[in-house]
Amino acid sequence: MATAAWPGKKDRSLIGKSITRQDGPVKATGRAKYSYDLNPPGLLWAKPATSPHAHAKLVSIDTKKAEALPGVKGVWKDTDLIGEEVRYIGQIIACVAAESEEIATEAVALVEAKYEVLEHQVIDNDPKFATGRASEQEVGKVADGFAEADVTIEGDYGVPVITHCCMEPHGQVTEVRGGELYAWPSTQNVSRWADRLNDSVGIDRAKMHVDCQYMGGGFGSKFTYDKWGVIGTLLAKQTGRPVKLLLDRDLELAIAGNRPSGYTHIKLGVKNDGAITAFEGSVVGTGGGGGYRLRAFPYVFEPKNRKTTMKGIRTNRGGQRAWRAPSHPQTCLLTFSALEDAAAKIGMDAAAFYKKNLNLTARPDVYAEELDIAMKMIGYAEKAHLRTKLDAGPVKRGLGIAMHTWGGLGHGSECRVTINPDGSVKAEIGTQDLGTGARTVVSIIAAETLGLPLEAIDTRIGNNAYPASGGSGGSTTTGGISVSTRMAATDALNDLLGHAATKLGVAADKLEAKGGRIREMGNAAKSMSWADACKMLRTGSISKTGQNNRTEAQKAGLIDAGVGGVQIADVSVDTETGVVTLNEMAAVQDCGLIVNMKTCESQVFGGVIMGITSALFEEALYDPTTGRMLNADMEFYRIAGIKDVGTIKVHMMTGEEYEKRGIIGIGEPPVIAPAAAISNAVANAIGVRVPYLPLTPERVLNVLA
Amino acid sequence: MKSFEYATPRTVDEAVEQLAEQWGETEVLAGGTDLVTCLKQGLTAPKRVVSLKAVKDLKGISSTKGALTIGAMTTMGELAGNAGVQKHFPSLATAVKNIASPQLLSTGTVGGDLCQRPRCWYYRNGYGLLAQQDGKSLVTAGDNRYHAIFGNAGKAKFVSASSLGPPLIALGATIKTSSREIAADKFFQTPKSENERETVLNPNEIITAISVPLSGAENATYEIRHRQGLDWPYVTASVAKTNGGTKVVLGHVAPTPWIVAGNDAAQGAKPLSGNGYKVKMVKTAVKRALAAASNGASN
Repeated sequence: MATAAWPGKKDRSLIGKSITRQDGPVKATGRAKYSYDLNPPGLLWAKPATSPHAHAKLVSIDTKKAEALPGVKGVWKDTDLIGEEVRYIGQIIACVAAESEEIATEAVALVEAKYEVLEHQVIDNDPKFATGRASEQEVGKVADGFAEADVTIEGDYGVPVITHCCMEPHGQVTEVRGGELYAWPSTQNVSRWADRLNDSVGIDRAKMHVDCQYMGGGFGSKFTYDKWGVIGTLLAKQTGRPVKLLLDRDLELAIAGNRPSGYTHIKLGVKNDGAITAFEGSVVGTGGGGGYRLRAFPYVFEPKNRKTTMKGIRTNRGGQRAWRAPSHPQTCLLTFSALEDAAAKIGMDAAAFYKKNLNLTARPDVYAEELDIAMKMIGYAEKAHLRTKLDAGPVKRGLGIAMHTWGGLGHGSECRVTINPDGSVKAEIGTQDLGTGARTVVSIIAAETLGLPLEAIDTRIGNNAYPASGGSGGSTTTGGISVSTRMAATDALNDLLGHAATKLGVAADKLEAKGGRIREMGNAAKSMSWADACKMLRTGSISKTGQNNRTEAQKAGLIDAGVGGVQIADVSVDTETGVVTLNEMAAVQDCGLIVNMKTCESQVFGGVIMGITSALFEEALYDPTTGRMLNADMEFYRIAGIKDVGTIKVHMMTGEEYEKRGIIGIGEPPVIAPAAAISNAVANAIGVRVPYLPLTPERVLNVLA
Repeated sequence: MKSFEYATPRTVDEAVEQLAEQWGETEVLAGGTDLVTCLKQGLTAPKRVVSLKAVKDLKGISSTKGALTIGAMTTMGELAGNAGVQKHFPSLATAVKNIASPQLLSTGTVGGDLCQRPRCWYYRNGYGLLAQQDGKSLVTAGDNRYHAIFGNAGKAKFVSASSLGPPLIALGATIKTSSREIAADKFFQTPKSENERETVLNPNEIITAISVPLSGAENATYEIRHRQGLDWPYVTASVAKTNGGTKVVLGHVAPTPWIVAGNDAAQGAKPLSGNGYKVKMVKTAVKRALAAASNGASN
């Protein structure tokens, strides 16, 4: 009898190996069709009309001229918004669907809306614009902590609003046939994308068919159908034709979600031996027009005496959405900047300073082990210097360290595994592959469980007709889908073993599936091929559904939560141009039992690159006079290219101590620390802190001036 | 994008005939790397687009009588890859190489580089070339980190986007058009109204070729930019040293390529609220360009 527990190291043939993702070739060759690529017959292009004002009362919308343009087939306007306020530039007020993209664009220009313009506010880094009551939290007594300190440092640090900048924009293709909706959205939540959509479109949830085979990035911004999902569905219903409504890049950056900013003043008390005695930090920032709060502050290191205050600034900007590891990258930068400034102030090596204070973290042993490995990888002993000992010449080199943590418990998930009499195996699961390798993970788990090669599994994902699986957010997917697939495959296998038991004359609980055969445990002589075993099913397939019951699975050691990571950056700064060049990043990470080493490491590479981008380039820039995002494009909203990221070295923690915890998610953790590590490295290189991200040449030159 | 008529003349004369006498009525299409974006963003809505792709004799590089002649429709990639250019004009080759985008190099043309519109984000977001609102400059009141530090006393605060302008001026090049020859240092102008453009070309005039004298000048370009790959420069400095003296021309610091008059390249700089850092960059770029010219190596 097969059990659900993960096989031990010597019994694994696929889990933990480096396996190339199964959909790599179709993606690399362009055969994979994304929502933007779908052009069903009769397709109409939809383009939204948007507010040109950052803040105004919408008085009226007149679409008559747009409707009259030849080729326009459908028009929608937001009648609920008339008489109400629009709150940011780019807010959608109407939409047209036409025979071509060009006609739709021309028609949008003919939509006439009247506004009463109101005063707007887009500044997010000045406490005087903060509204509402500050949320305040004190643990211990900071006053006592500061009294205990030999040295107190104070500093200002900040992280701007940045966007998700998904390569594929938000949106979908929708079609309504026979009263049923067929939707192809770009989503990280296939099973639940359509939940509550029926409130707005009048189609039963059961008659909504959602499919997303490939998607070009979500990072937390693509969980639901959004306003464009409603509009696309209504226009499809109105016109009886398929409708493509995906955002252009400018709207994608301005209105489809962003990561809140955080600007802080921190006071830190330390003893001369490096021990931290107190932390006090106040933060302001914006998430657009809604509420504001950064969690996990201070970050990783939690001094016994600590006090934080937080206040939001409401701005006439597009609204925030979850962004890969919500709050963590911001609070990591704010906290670790202050920590290394404190170490520098007392003339202590940064690594020694962290080691001295590891007792203030949740997992001192893990961080200690990871820090030592990262230091070896980067050549810390040879390269490290104090901030007071700078390189001669205009180009100066420095190292910086940061650490992070994340949860990552697998989400709720169901998977159906079917074994057919012809020996074929199908795994069906309503999950999605955001480019993370989720599809391959399902195949690995099913194949490992059934003792078959990877190619033997026909894995089907990305459709809400399959058993429901959770949204891909919070690093929860690999844990969730691995357990549900394991449960279903184990159940199905046990059924098959029951059939084989009679034929082989061996009790089912003494049988195992290995190398494409069903055999007596430890006795290869008594065995039969997988194909022969399946033939015994005659016409009755075995189909089993497995679940990830999170509590039980965690108790059973299948999944767990809580990881740590240490990253060290090695940078060079040209003090005459201000340009920061990344030489190397070392990223050390644990995430329990690794299912696929290759895609796991890829997640770390991707996270580090995304973190480097936020450190050096990204900032949503708003014009105070007009309230417009000035760089809603990929020209001045810069993303790191291959030449900007230096050499990235990744090390995954493995071994019994880590693997016995089961599977833990990996998506968020590696993106958290890079910006803090790089900011610290720049400070170490030039001897002075560049307080605000991104670390642009102008900021570097300004602090050196 | 508004619909427009598309013309494909075969000769320079035919091309000129297809062009209107008013800016904006017609537009010239060379490589299209800038014009297509301008059309899509509604920054221009011409009645006719005149493509130069089928016009004979606008492509290629030839060496004649002590000068290198570059056809206006020569791609930037062809220019940078030309052995004569690499040998005699490293400042030009470097300026092109620093565009750092194979796609732009294989599509963008030499003439297009000189005529491309500014990248000022107020202009590109639809607030006009001079970015005036209620009689005030949005640039002065707003985010001007990438704007001009020289020649910005008038309404124009943007910077010239041309990569080739500064080295061509430093090298003493001549721009040949459908009707005349213009010294490179007289080619660019600072517009005073929305009805003017950034060069002295007339609306119905096209560049046909550029002639660069083989003066034997030691020359180099140094560029400071943020991303290592495709990105606009913060500042560039192109230098050409002859027995007669050293010419230094800066890029991306003024509404035109900026010719340095004295020994101090930063003299006369009038930074706006957010671009004072460019003064330091100017000094660095000039210092490094001069060093590169002496070493025979551009960056």
